[in-house]
Amino acid sequence: MAKQSEIRYLTPLSVDVKKKKYCRFKKNGIKYIDYKDPEFLKKFLNEQGKILPRRITGTSLKFQRRIAQAVKRARHIAMLPYVTDLMK
Amino acid sequence: MNNYETVFILTPVLSDAQMKEAVEKFKNLLKEQGAEIVNEEDWGLRKLAYNIDKKTTGFYSFLEFNADPTVIDKLELNFRRDERVIRFLTVKQDKFSLEYAEKRRNKGGKKQEAPAPVIKKAEKAEVVESEVKSNEKED
Repeated sequence: MAKQSEIRYLTPLSVDVKKKKYCRFKKNGIKYIDYKDPEFLKKFLNEQGKILPRRITGTSLKFQRRIAQAVKRARHIAMLPYVTDLMK
Repeated sequence: MNNYETVFILTPVLSDAQMKEAVEKFKNLLKEQGAEIVNEEDWGLRKLAYNIDKKTTGFYSFLEFNADPTVIDKLELNFRRDERVIRFLTVKQDKFSLEYAEKRRNKGGKKQEAPAPVIKKAEKAEVVESEVKSNEKED
């Protein structure tokens, strides 16, 4: 017991506490993703206007499909760009 | 009968009266085909995310209606033939979007987006000012 406390570090150990990702749609009970709301859909796009993968946003597969559908519809009606630079 | 919603973009070269006349035309077309219009929204002149036919803006209109599937074919055929329509999208509403659409209608639907960029600019200006101040303090 005593031996363990003798070890001291100059800088505190950086322990990576990984925040568990979650699906925001499941958590908030959102059932429908509106393609008419580009500001909301922008949360799931990168700077170039590409759809972010699930591994980054943490969205469940079911809602990732719906996001993709909504983004593609929004692009069709020119509410979101197909290609761009520095969207945000 | 199914529930549908359609968004279409009219060319910005039209005057307000011409624009309304065009929307009226499609509404009448739907009514003639026995469709029941549930909701109608005019989003006004909006900037397009990319150029369509060398145009950067367009009049957005939004319709919700109940109709038979055969009506959609006729509606879209008329959209294609009409030169004033530069883009259209018709979507069938499933149970989730129907629920969402009802909520949206009750809220009044329209969302204000114009003030957003102004606020951002103001924030930036404040940041710059605070930076200048901090520099002065250091001096």
